Amino acid sequence: MNKISLKKILKDPYLVIGGIIMGLILLMIIVGFFWTPYEPTKMSASEKLQGISLRHIMGTDNMGRDVFSRVMYGSRVTLLIAVGTIIIGAGLGTIIGSLTGYFGGMFDEVAMRIIDALFAFPSILLALVIVSVFGVGWMQLVVSLGIAFVPSFARIVRGEVLRCKDMDYIQNARLQGVGNFRMIFVHILPNIKGVLASSILIGFNNAVLAEAGLSYLGVGSQPPYASLGRMLSDAQQYMFTRPSYVMCPGIVIVLMVLGFAFLGEGIKRWE
Amino acid sequence: MIKRRIMKKKGTSILMVVLTTLTVALSGCSSDKAGDSANSSNTTATSTDTATSTQTDADASAKADGNATTTDDLSKLIVGIPQDIDGLDPHNSTGAGTREVFYNIFEGLVKADENGNLNPAVASDYTISDDATVYSFTLRDGIKFHDGSAVTVEDIKYSIERNMGVDGSEPLIRAYSKIDSVNIVDDTHVDIVLKEADSDFLTQLTVAIIPAANEHPDTTPIGTGPYKYVSNSPQENFVVTRFDDYWGEKAYIKDVVFKIESNMDAIVMDLEGGSIDMMARVTSTQANQLSDKFEVYEGTMNLVQALYLNNDVKPFDDVKVRQALCYAVNPQEIMDFVSDGAGTEVGSAMFPAFTKYYMPELNDTYNTDIDKAKELLTEAGYPDGFEFTITVPSNYGQHVDTAQVIAEELKAIGVTANIQEIEWNSWVSDVYSDRKYEATVVGIDASTLSASALLSRYVSDAGKNFVNFKSEAYDTAYANAQATQKDDEKTKFYKECETILSEEAASVYIQDLPEFVVLNKKFTGYKFFPLYVQDIAAIKPAN
Amino acid sequence: MKYTIKKLFSTLMTLIVVSLCVFLAFNVLPGDPAIRMLGLEASDELIEQTRAAMGLNDPLLVRYFRWFIAFLQGDFGTSYSYKVPVAGMLLNKIPITFSLGIIAFILTVLISIPMGIVTAKYENGVLDRIITVFNQIIMAIPPFFSGILITFIFGMILKIFTPGGFVSYKDDFFGFIKYLIFPSFAIAFPKIAMTVKMLRGNLIDEAGKDYARTAYSRGNNTNGVLYRHVLKNAMIPVITFLGMALADMVAGSIVVEQVFSIPGISRILLTSISNRDYPVVEAIIMGIAIIVIVLNLLVDIIYRIIDPRIRIDD
Repeated sequence: MNKISLKKILKDPYLVIGGIIMGLILLMIIVGFFWTPYEPTKMSASEKLQGISLRHIMGTDNMGRDVFSRVMYGSRVTLLIAVGTIIIGAGLGTIIGSLTGYFGGMFDEVAMRIIDALFAFPSILLALVIVSVFGVGWMQLVVSLGIAFVPSFARIVRGEVLRCKDMDYIQNARLQGVGNFRMIFVHILPNIKGVLASSILIGFNNAVLAEAGLSYLGVGSQPPYASLGRMLSDAQQYMFTRPSYVMCPGIVIVLMVLGFAFLGEGIKRWE
Repeated sequence: MIKRRIMKKKGTSILMVVLTTLTVALSGCSSDKAGDSANSSNTTATSTDTATSTQTDADASAKADGNATTTDDLSKLIVGIPQDIDGLDPHNSTGAGTREVFYNIFEGLVKADENGNLNPAVASDYTISDDATVYSFTLRDGIKFHDGSAVTVEDIKYSIERNMGVDGSEPLIRAYSKIDSVNIVDDTHVDIVLKEADSDFLTQLTVAIIPAANEHPDTTPIGTGPYKYVSNSPQENFVVTRFDDYWGEKAYIKDVVFKIESNMDAIVMDLEGGSIDMMARVTSTQANQLSDKFEVYEGTMNLVQALYLNNDVKPFDDVKVRQALCYAVNPQEIMDFVSDGAGTEVGSAMFPAFTKYYMPELNDTYNTDIDKAKELLTEAGYPDGFEFTITVPSNYGQHVDTAQVIAEELKAIGVTANIQEIEWNSWVSDVYSDRKYEATVVGIDASTLSASALLSRYVSDAGKNFVNFKSEAYDTAYANAQATQKDDEKTKFYKECETILSEEAASVYIQDLPEFVVLNKKFTGYKFFPLYVQDIAAIKPAN
Repeated sequence: MKYTIKKLFSTLMTLIVVSLCVFLAFNVLPGDPAIRMLGLEASDELIEQTRAAMGLNDPLLVRYFRWFIAFLQGDFGTSYSYKVPVAGMLLNKIPITFSLGIIAFILTVLISIPMGIVTAKYENGVLDRIITVFNQIIMAIPPFFSGILITFIFGMILKIFTPGGFVSYKDDFFGFIKYLIFPSFAIAFPKIAMTVKMLRGNLIDEAGKDYARTAYSRGNNTNGVLYRHVLKNAMIPVITFLGMALADMVAGSIVVEQVFSIPGISRILLTSISNRDYPVVEAIIMGIAIIVIVLNLLVDIIYRIIDPRIRIDD
């Protein structure tokens, strides 16, 4: 592991630009907690589908709501969904992957078959099941996306654990009588945090994109507080009359994904 | 040194990524202006094009005496439909989307027209006995099925009995449990005998007459309508062609393809691109985006859209709370937001197409009055408002939008409405069947041309009374309406029912949604029906 | 041999788990297929009678085994919503989704491999940087959004294809393929971007390794080294990725079929889920699962052919 120093970070263009984009988006989200130009749900019949102006810097939507205020709010929802997805996906995936990789045997075999099955199970169906049972909402979306993300993390971690398991220092530790769980969480996992970190950032990307896809298929977040993906899919029918309404949330999604991608790339290089 | 140079280059390339994105962003935004002007020119175009639409009348004579002589281009019409057909057997297919297509293929003893009248179809004439228990029909002379065989009285008996479930099974149509027997009088006459008097029963006799000899009605649909079935492919299309031996006025257009358009967002592009010629129930936004190649017909959807309240749950068990919501919700504002002001206000569970029963004066029972609403809430013990959830089916954009406007309007009286979107089938089981909900926004339509189709559900113990409305006065009025045979008395009692619903604020009645139908100007002749049907046979080439 | 048997066994287990998951999922889904068939106005008695006739009142496990045994015999049941045998219905739809996936795959391979080689060969050149820029942006666009943009630009503005103008392969095969090209691009774009990025990275890594340097020093020209050794080694992880991508394309077609109104398997899957049409959903998901598993197996085998050093014994 290299030492982390500001100077070094500043030298890596990926980290710098990824950091700037994410910083701006985070700033927008944090400001959104205290202040938005307009109430994100405030409708106005006289200001429907307006273009970009000083009054509404991203225009207004079909209900006359300020798109910028809604983007500020929507970015928060989208980020929340992405973070939640990763917490569930990476969390469960790491636990399952490290346990199966470390213990092996029958347990590994059974767990991996279930993981394989999950992998072959379309995430849209999973999401639809969860949404149909519990209703549409961001929590439901987080749970279904999270579960859909478990297999890939479990596979990555399992592979890494298998690689580390036979290394000398682990064998030494075992001879010294270190317990299984301590071995996994204190000795093995810290060794794979680099791989994990970059897969988490790629995971963020995929979560943002998957959220948009599911919103398009009608299982996204709840109105009137829309996520970016939901805004984008609501907006697409106004492509002809008001392109700015479609492009603004679309571009924020693209920037968010780019930001994560650059940070991920930067971290990968750091190794 | 070399390493740094590479780094620098990478820096510039990333910068390019960002710059390119921003350029896309800017171009996306700047194209707005173009959109603006295009839009305004669009509207002027639509207002002037009515004058220019008549150009050539060379083919007018051809049109008059039939159709077969029209050009190839106009002999085929592609109609977009939002849902797929749910089966080919007309008696076992209940989807509204299926009904509207099957209207062109199957006919009952009687058939509805665009004015809401029932005209003889498979029967050429009918009489109803004075006590309204025996309905007698005369078979139309020379009427044929699509396979060329003649329709017989046995086919009529078979079709009606099939829906009654004669072999001990349940009737397919609830009202058919009233039928005592179907008796063949002679080769051209059939009597339908009821167990009890029902002067409205004719509205139930639009059920398809199909040949008794057809062993596979679920794969080979055969009817008597102006079009006959050719083929279908799930999620793709449903193809029909003109039935040249049709008994009535024959259809103008030879081949009709119903194309399944499950992606409502693609409709404008599909119309403009030419992959469909006609689409019903588009939104006002979609209609506004179309070029002058299309004629937009405006009608109503013939349904009662309301914020339906579960009268059994707190706080909606209190009539004052329900009335307060009625005072706070402004139907006109909802119409402005959801469909650019189009739509017709309703004040009770009746839509205007039922001209005989519709009571416009009920729209004024609750004119928007925030103070009055707050007062009522205080009286009911909710001075600071309350919080509730509107459950709304996610596939109906207009209902979801309406719910959003209502939630915004209710903020004024301190009431917080959360919106919960659910999938349609979950709505059916949770809200409609199990009544596990607080409030919901949907539109309720009439399955037959009878006022009871809309009003029967409010009877206290009705199986479909999903709002749990309970009123003895209502039950009495409804029973009176059912009992009487006199039309004016019936109307009077039905109107009493409507008034009770309005005064008791059974739900917050909003509007009959506007319906926009788009038809390529190559064709003309679209007609609105008070029922959920599309009469394709009436559509003809424009010149 | 042992490997084959083990693999077959685990494949079977996976399929059983998948089918059980689908069954369980539908068991907890609200919404009654009988009501869905009969409509809102149906009487409770009729609904009950229909449920009994459909066998919906039997316990879950009974229903599962009934389905499972029929499935093993090749009987996929009858669709609730279309009232026709599932097998025949899907058979007509499979060529559509498969063509979509295969065209997308061919586009991915044809475009990404030359692009990957060019970017690696002229590392940090102008072309390399332009391609890298585009790759990053393309990977960041949600697939349905790129689908909409493609329809808008190529369909509405340039009028190269008719939006929604799908024709069946039975009616007009060339028209069918022609319509599928743009949707295939929508599926292929992100995969192309990822493959180029991966191949470029691998090529640069491999070219820096000792064996490549040695080859250079022996006087081989650049292209010779590149194609003979470096490319071969760099392709191994790319093949794994492409295999996964092909499996992914089947799933990715869900969104694209919706955007471009293509009546393929995915659209049937979506509507069947919301119609509670279990027999259709079960059959489709089993099909997808089998494809995913078979492709993974194929990747393993190709791996072994390309690189005999790899022993699949873990």
